[in-house]
Amino acid sequence: MGGDFPILSLVTFLPLAGAIFILLTPGEEEVVARNSRWVALWTSGITFALSLLLWVEFDATTADFQFVEDVDWIPGTDIRYKMGIDGISLFFVLLSTFLTPICILSSWEAVKTPVREYMLAFLVLETMMVGMFCALDIFVFYIFFEGVLIPMFLIIGVWGGARRVYAAFKFFLYTLAGSVLMLIAIMVMYFQAGTTDIPTLMAHPFDPEVQRWLWLAFFASFAVKVPMWPVHTWLPDAHVEAPTAGSVILAGVLLKMGGYGFLRFSIPMFPEASVFFAPLVFTLSAIAIIYTSLVALAQEDMKKLIAYSSVAHMGFVTIGMFTLNQQGIEGSIFQMLSHGIVSGALFLCVGVVYDRLHTRDISAYGGLVNRMPRYAFVFMIFTMGSVGLPGTSGFVGEFLVLMGAFEASTWLAFFAATGVILGAVYMLYLYRRIIFGALEKENLKSMLDLSPREIAIFAPLIILVLWMGIYPSSFLDPIAPSVDNLIAQHGAGLERSTALVSR
Amino acid sequence: MEANTLPVMAPAIPEMFLAVAGMALLMIGVFRGGPRIMSEIAYMTVGVFAVTAILVLIYGGTSEEPVFFDLFAVGPFAQFTKILILGGSGLAIIMSLDWLKAERVDRFEFPVLILFATLGMMMMVSANDLIALYVGLELQSLSLYVVASIQRDSLRSTEAGLKYFVLGALSSGMLLYGCSLVYGFAGTTEFTKLAEVFAALGPAGPSIGLIFGIVFLIAGLAFKISAVPFHMWTPDVYEGAPTPVTALFAVAPKVAAVALFLQTMIGPFMELKGEWQQILSLVAILSMALGALAAIVQTNIKRLMAYSSIGHMGYLLVGIAAGNEQGVMGVLVYLAVYLFMNVGMFACILSMRQGGRAVEGIQDLAGLSKSNPAMALALLVFLFSMAGIPPLAGFFGKYYVFAAAVAEGLYILAVVGILTSVIGAFYYLRIVKIMYFDDAVEPLDRTMAPVQRWVMTVAGVITLFFFAMPGPIVDMAQTAAKTLLG
Repeated sequence: MGGDFPILSLVTFLPLAGAIFILLTPGEEEVVARNSRWVALWTSGITFALSLLLWVEFDATTADFQFVEDVDWIPGTDIRYKMGIDGISLFFVLLSTFLTPICILSSWEAVKTPVREYMLAFLVLETMMVGMFCALDIFVFYIFFEGVLIPMFLIIGVWGGARRVYAAFKFFLYTLAGSVLMLIAIMVMYFQAGTTDIPTLMAHPFDPEVQRWLWLAFFASFAVKVPMWPVHTWLPDAHVEAPTAGSVILAGVLLKMGGYGFLRFSIPMFPEASVFFAPLVFTLSAIAIIYTSLVALAQEDMKKLIAYSSVAHMGFVTIGMFTLNQQGIEGSIFQMLSHGIVSGALFLCVGVVYDRLHTRDISAYGGLVNRMPRYAFVFMIFTMGSVGLPGTSGFVGEFLVLMGAFEASTWLAFFAATGVILGAVYMLYLYRRIIFGALEKENLKSMLDLSPREIAIFAPLIILVLWMGIYPSSFLDPIAPSVDNLIAQHGAGLERSTALVSR
Repeated sequence: MEANTLPVMAPAIPEMFLAVAGMALLMIGVFRGGPRIMSEIAYMTVGVFAVTAILVLIYGGTSEEPVFFDLFAVGPFAQFTKILILGGSGLAIIMSLDWLKAERVDRFEFPVLILFATLGMMMMVSANDLIALYVGLELQSLSLYVVASIQRDSLRSTEAGLKYFVLGALSSGMLLYGCSLVYGFAGTTEFTKLAEVFAALGPAGPSIGLIFGIVFLIAGLAFKISAVPFHMWTPDVYEGAPTPVTALFAVAPKVAAVALFLQTMIGPFMELKGEWQQILSLVAILSMALGALAAIVQTNIKRLMAYSSIGHMGYLLVGIAAGNEQGVMGVLVYLAVYLFMNVGMFACILSMRQGGRAVEGIQDLAGLSKSNPAMALALLVFLFSMAGIPPLAGFFGKYYVFAAAVAEGLYILAVVGILTSVIGAFYYLRIVKIMYFDDAVEPLDRTMAPVQRWVMTVAGVITLFFFAMPGPIVDMAQTAAKTLLG
């Protein structure tokens, strides 16, 4: 496999190197802007190519961590710089490296000033995201997890819309407040288990009583990130105010950090607490699915609508995870990947018309199919993906989750399935109001269809949505062994803690 | 020390050199004069600091036996903090030159006074006796009272100096009173003997008089590090004193006082940990809370830095209150990080000028990301680091002290600390917002003195990339912590 070559570190820190390069380029503003665009695109492109290598080299038959790197880091503690990926993290790494070049390309012309800082922020953000998914030391994980906040705060605050300051602060403080509790939990775990190594911690039997506290602390952090109802309110604000590319990353990757955290920490490390709190997660998720779907239906702002739909879709993800069976967990991972691509693409679709008309009001549009047939086609594919039409990626994820939910509880499956219907309602309603109807508004009559650059952005996304929908095995096969292992670990942990209690 | 000709003096060679050099520089200043005398003396002082630092590295960590009739002790702990103190003072002098010249207060006594204050701080750190402690503290304080009011013609500067003097004298009095009570009930002022006396107290525990002594001692020390409820002087002095003086006050004296605090609590009073842990926990909670809340409404950046430092002192007190090896190590790492963040921050504050005139309003930073991107980026790094956001250096400092508190079972301290750092993040973010999100009404001058630019860049790089190589500082801090706890 990877041998001794530190490919994960390379994928993680190559964007940072690009960022430093951009920072150090001197020259006139124009030249710097052009250089930074190209450097950012090349760096993120090469990073993506390298991460594809991970997929090619990945051994799909084992649940072990692969490409592991383990280096001394902080002396005098057991905190080590340890990286490695398994089937669960592999595709999240790919998702991050895949979306970053798309984001950079999509802001090629939309972002005017200051270009250098913008590209800098995106490359730093990429390092943080990839590093977080690769980290095999909980302390390293935390650093990347929190580090994401800095570039994202700036992206929303500097290049965002009218209420960007409010949205940036809300985003930052909400997520910070959530994750600092996790830091205390990490410290407690360190002093109980004597290590910060993630694989070792997964096998460590935490006392059931302590487990619940630790689970809640982690939950505080991940629930805000996912986001789960009722701590989701930062998301619509952040999405609406963020620039297009910021929304793409936010929906595409940042929301997945919470889900990934549940899978990596909460479920394997606190098995007893996960079972204990599963009804809580189900309730919150079911409320999220139905309530936010209804809220989405009432939105007048395109981005806000998609933002609320994200909350609903992430509700499926959290339900799937805590069913703790094979279909549910695989489905939730698949749903996260699918949502990452579909909702990212939907935000890009909004960005396309926003760049032309500078409004996100749904009522400002209508009948676009007449002027922009290619756009209508692209938008339709992603709408279908979001609705979960068979043949698109959304279907596979939702179906697996519903199967898992049915195994856990019929009522849960019932409420979740309601969300599927509501999802179709608000998405198709949105599509109708924007694309169909007569082209009546004057300023819409001069709209241009997709440019070659925009087609280049959307093409890979369309291919992926269809690929994931038609032949999901290429993605599910590497995931399966790791999910098996996760469930086995969870079961073993559960036995350990029942043994501990009965003793 | 076996076959040395000056056996008992070796550990104190750095201090002796500094004292002699200080007097020599004073003489040079008086007799040589001339228009450029301040810069010359300043550079010589910095050179003296560099030599002293080398001497500290050579002699500072060798002996662990107290010398000079048990008044003076050295070791890795003192060595570590002395290097920080010398660094902080030296950088403060270098950074202040342009400012002092521009404001026409270029008096050569300034660097010399800082030198004597530094000597006092080094004596404090090495003190092994309550009397030696007091002497060192007073040498430091008296020099700093004068430095605070160096801008004689400015009402604010003299007011700051006077305030600092009156409240400082009060705190010294409390400290001395505490020392006398401790002496009265323990019969000795020497640290090692005090520890023995307390160890032999037996099940009855310390008498009420002794507790009183400790409380007064802690009150005095809390004054010096400006912990709540003894913090009132800090915002006024920070705001009123000339900016380079504030830059000095923010770093070296704080480092020295925290080190002294730590050493006194861990050294002689370790046996009474149960007593002082409660007091320190309360003081820490109050400091963290006030530092975070009061800073929100500030409009003057120096005043904000004052509240920020009160908050930081609260976090450091968490480490002291933990009183274990992780705590000591955490405090030392935190101090090192604190030094870089603050020095860098003040390098930027000193460069805030509009049309050549020094300004200190937070709102004046508006639009800095466009007018001076480098400075804005550096400030961004320092501010996020102070807020404790990983991967920046400040996070590691906070992590260590909170981890120490958790290890000690002081969960409340860790939780309060973490909540206040979220509140604190708000006001640091507010500055980032002003720099990056707002448009300038009247942009700051683009020019930056080369010295400031260098200090800012170096401090920024260290703060930003601390995570890549935490080894050297953490290693040193750990050795120091091990020897202190013996």
